[in-house]
Amino acid sequence: MSLVKLDPRSPLCGTAGDSALHGPEDAPTARLAVRIRGLNRRFGDTVVLRGLDLDIAEGEFVALLGRSGSGKSTLLRTLAGLDPADPQTVNASSNHAVVFQDARLLPWKRVWRNVALGLTGPDARRRAEAALREVGLDHRQDAWPVTLSGGEAQRAALARALVREPRLLLLDEPFASVDALTRLRMHGLVLKLWRLHGPAVLLVTHDVDEAITLADRVLVLDDGRIAAEEIVPMARPRDTGADFQALRRRLLRRLGVESSEAGPITEAELIAYPTGEIL
Amino acid sequence: MKYRVSKLVTLSQTFSFSNSTRFAAPRLSRQRWLSPLALILLWELGARTGVIPAHVLAAPSTVTLTAWRMILSGELPINMLVSLGRAMAGLAIGLVVGSTLAIVAGLSRAGDAMVDPPVQMLRTLPSLALTPLFIVWFGIGETPKIALIALGTTFPIYLNLYGGIRGIDPKLIEAARTFGLRGADLIRHVILPGALPAFLLGLRFALAGSWLILVVAEQINASAGLGYLINNARDFARTDVIVVCLVIYALLGLGADGLVRALERHALAWRPTLLKA
Repeated sequence: MSLVKLDPRSPLCGTAGDSALHGPEDAPTARLAVRIRGLNRRFGDTVVLRGLDLDIAEGEFVALLGRSGSGKSTLLRTLAGLDPADPQTVNASSNHAVVFQDARLLPWKRVWRNVALGLTGPDARRRAEAALREVGLDHRQDAWPVTLSGGEAQRAALARALVREPRLLLLDEPFASVDALTRLRMHGLVLKLWRLHGPAVLLVTHDVDEAITLADRVLVLDDGRIAAEEIVPMARPRDTGADFQALRRRLLRRLGVESSEAGPITEAELIAYPTGEIL
Repeated sequence: MKYRVSKLVTLSQTFSFSNSTRFAAPRLSRQRWLSPLALILLWELGARTGVIPAHVLAAPSTVTLTAWRMILSGELPINMLVSLGRAMAGLAIGLVVGSTLAIVAGLSRAGDAMVDPPVQMLRTLPSLALTPLFIVWFGIGETPKIALIALGTTFPIYLNLYGGIRGIDPKLIEAARTFGLRGADLIRHVILPGALPAFLLGLRFALAGSWLILVVAEQINASAGLGYLINNARDFARTDVIVVCLVIYALLGLGADGLVRALERHALAWRPTLLKA
């Protein structure tokens, strides 16, 4: 059975390599969650982003790779509205939510209150509980954030983002600080929730395997602009077959890592990727 | 996985540790009471044998008896309430002024520029040094006493709350902003709760300070209060009354500290140190 998104409204409903995905030139009817034209960012004398263009279709899962300091996080902050941007240049869905690398839960609020942060209305608690149930954390809803493990905290952060039913989900290296096994579980969870809710996702990561496993399209940010773009043609769940390896090598080369340096894939990844589901 | 296991081990160690301390606590505290008790016995012995004359220091038994008599006559409760009232009135003013200034300085750049420099300059003044000036300004009634306490408590509240507000992790504020929190909501849900631990620390300093200043302020021509009792007792060389008042000062200070601790346990239940305890 195909695990490509089932939502018929999604532009992804065709084959994964469908050219309708990118660019209004190719598909003027495709609705965009993000449209950036010629974005420049500089900190002092350092130019971080120079003339960056980016389109993300509604419901599309895009991974953004780049070396440290390549401006990945700067781009994400701009989309999150944390850095002011000219609306002519940056047009992103205002209904967005962010999951940061560190969960950033407020330590003085119980887990469900963190999820319900900023929600209004009498059903805020019910909605928060439902979101926590979706990430498998309903049993910890009354816990204090400091008592959560790294993976639990990230799941709570994910619930906090999802409860707002965002059209654009921004993930800023959300799995970088959890252990390898938890990371694999989180991959499965994110895919499940993405299929269920269908937001556009921009995943900022430095993990090439993660990008290939999750995304419809992988971008490489270099020298302040999108330097490479790869459509991931494999159907989900993705195993680490020949296509995967070839794509991995191409992306690593783009990132300036020769394949001999890249290191072998770990055993845990080989076990987990064939299913791609929650372990 | 390894990480999980080691975390579990640490947790169970923490629990067994707290259990063992709970069981060991009575034995330990019994030991710790021994030397103070011995000291009191020695003191009693010294008084009874005349080594310590009554006009130097009354015997503990006399002090206890005097305390009992003073409680029955209402002399002690009434004067204690007067002192407590002064401390609380001064503290309340200090609390309001200190918190207001800290919030203004902590939340806005303009407020910071306007409020912080003068406060930082004034805080270097020992507040008790202002006693003569306050007597000139406010006379010798209740006003200078309360004003001194208010002044002395404003600074610890201000400094700690201001530091607490400024010290909040900007990442948390940023995250809250991405979830649509602005202005009053941001202050209510993020900034004030984040600054609460520092504020409560300031409150404890302020309480301790208010006590210290109270003792000195009550020496200014008081006609009621513990200080008045002490002054009177001094004129008649009643060391027993003086010791009774000193004990009350100590007990009130202890009670105030316990109150803030209880407040901390309740309001800061989310802190790792309190969760483990």
